[in-house]
Amino acid sequence: MGTTDTTESTTPATEEVGWETKVRYFLNNDLVRSSPYWGIPFLLMGIAVYGGIGFNTAISLTDARGLQQPDYTNLDFEMYTQVFESSAFLSAAQNNLVLLVVFTTVCLLLGLFLAVLLDQGIRNENTVQTIYLLPMALSFVITAQVWLWLYNYDVGLMNIITRGIGIGPIDWIGNPSIALGSVIFALIWQFSGYTMVVYLAGLRSLPNDQFEAARVDGASTLTTYLKIIIPQLKEASVSAAVVLMVFALKAFTFLYSLTGRYRPPNGTDILATLMVRQAFKLGKWAYSAAIATYLLILALGVIAPYLYYQYRQGSL
Amino acid sequence: MAGSSSDQTFDVASLVEDFDLNRIGQYVLVILFIGFFLAPLETGIMTAFKTNRAVAETIPLMPPLAEGFTLDNMTFALNALSGAFFNSLFMAIPATIGSVLFGSMAAYGLTMVDWRGQMGMLVLFLIGIFLPYQAVLVPLARFWNNIFPLASMIKPLFVAAPILQDYHANLVPLMITHIAYGIPICTILFRSYYQGLPSSYVEAAKIDGASITKIYRRIILPISKPMFGVVFIYQFTQIYNEFLFAFTLITGSDTPEAVVTLILPAVGASTSGIDFGIRMSAAFLAALPTLIIYVAFAEQFAEGLKSGG
Repeated sequence: MGTTDTTESTTPATEEVGWETKVRYFLNNDLVRSSPYWGIPFLLMGIAVYGGIGFNTAISLTDARGLQQPDYTNLDFEMYTQVFESSAFLSAAQNNLVLLVVFTTVCLLLGLFLAVLLDQGIRNENTVQTIYLLPMALSFVITAQVWLWLYNYDVGLMNIITRGIGIGPIDWIGNPSIALGSVIFALIWQFSGYTMVVYLAGLRSLPNDQFEAARVDGASTLTTYLKIIIPQLKEASVSAAVVLMVFALKAFTFLYSLTGRYRPPNGTDILATLMVRQAFKLGKWAYSAAIATYLLILALGVIAPYLYYQYRQGSL
Repeated sequence: MAGSSSDQTFDVASLVEDFDLNRIGQYVLVILFIGFFLAPLETGIMTAFKTNRAVAETIPLMPPLAEGFTLDNMTFALNALSGAFFNSLFMAIPATIGSVLFGSMAAYGLTMVDWRGQMGMLVLFLIGIFLPYQAVLVPLARFWNNIFPLASMIKPLFVAAPILQDYHANLVPLMITHIAYGIPICTILFRSYYQGLPSSYVEAAKIDGASITKIYRRIILPISKPMFGVVFIYQFTQIYNEFLFAFTLITGSDTPEAVVTLILPAVGASTSGIDFGIRMSAAFLAALPTLIIYVAFAEQFAEGLKSGG
């Protein structure tokens, strides 16, 4: 900024600028002087994130497994085709897709509904918001234990309710065709407070007079929300959706904690649990590194359009 | 917006309006959802204080009555978790301070200067936030176990230190890992705050000839106190609650250096199934530190979530 201006204005006066001056200008440059501030954190983060990704990719190209050291002289994409052809990967990918779509959609809808509800001038609104957001403050390890208890076949609350309304006890976690739905329901319970907070912030940033204008035109509250307010919450929806989708891809802790074992309940195996099991239970390092790369590509497929969208909006 | 009249006036008309059907419907919904969010936690807490017989025979939502009440589960869970609590805090507090400080520094460096590559660097930080950690797990395990076994190198230091045992050294790699992967989110949280600050402060100090370090220490740090609160609370909760890194870097739930989240899925389990009285007590105790922070600083927590996700 300021320093580049001075460089330009002094250059014609002295004709030839000595290297000492150039070095001094360089060292006085804001970028250089601020480098210890962003440089050290960037280095640490860069090694961890991008060094890690690079290392992972390198391992995925080898055949490393068990105690055998990775051999970097013979690299190929064999693991990637092996992973892609295995039925465990395909069924995990399928479960993951269901989890991602259903979880994200319901969380967004429920969060929007709760945000609109709290926007009606409810008394003690802050306390209510704090209660709705409470599950988000808890670890997945803890919420998994709570839901394990709720889903307990004999005495869990969920089956007391289902018996009460006459649809009999349901094996929420044990039945493979229901288990994924049960997990999604529990995760929606944990995350819808988060989407609510994002939507509430979006609602609060809208100018107040739109409501008045719509009212003058004779629109009902419902129409006003559907036609005028909700379309303006696009940005909030996009950013919440990205966070939820990326979470759905990497969700591991909740599923692991339900059983306390590498294998989550039948019918709920997703890419993240498959990857960790292949790596740390079976020692298939290269194979699991390839699964991790697929996972990373999927996550980037969600993030990249989002970052581009943000960039175009000028809000990066 | 729509119902803002309710808390302004005392005239009868608005009071009557308050009691229309719409309003009642809204409050019924609000209360139903309070039930939806709290009932699971309530059953957990009630179960924690029940005897095994009461657990099997009473409705989970009901509080424990007379002879159904016991503190045994809590005592058992506290014994099982006490060492883990120390480990969790010993690891999470320095890790939080580290990532928050680095995040603030990086955000300062990035907002202070205008240069072309900045957008690229920002994107690198943002990808770091969304990174699925599975993509770095195998390298992490290899790095800390084979390439740079820091834990075994510093073990002698920990033997000599008071209070600490040699196994606490195993928590240091986990601490550093949390700092490194926590930097992106902390940076972005601070950046959005620093961008909102009026640039006149910094410009004025620059004209006065203050150095970059002086501007950071004398101007930026004091005015970013509220944001430090937000980021610290957010990051501490994240690190304390985290499971995957701990699971990867610490060998098992039965090791003395295991953190709380690592032990919890195993507490109260036996061949005959899970003892839910004990499991719920342990879950409640494990949640306590973050619950206290959450109740005390709910607003800051929401603020961190809003911008951080």
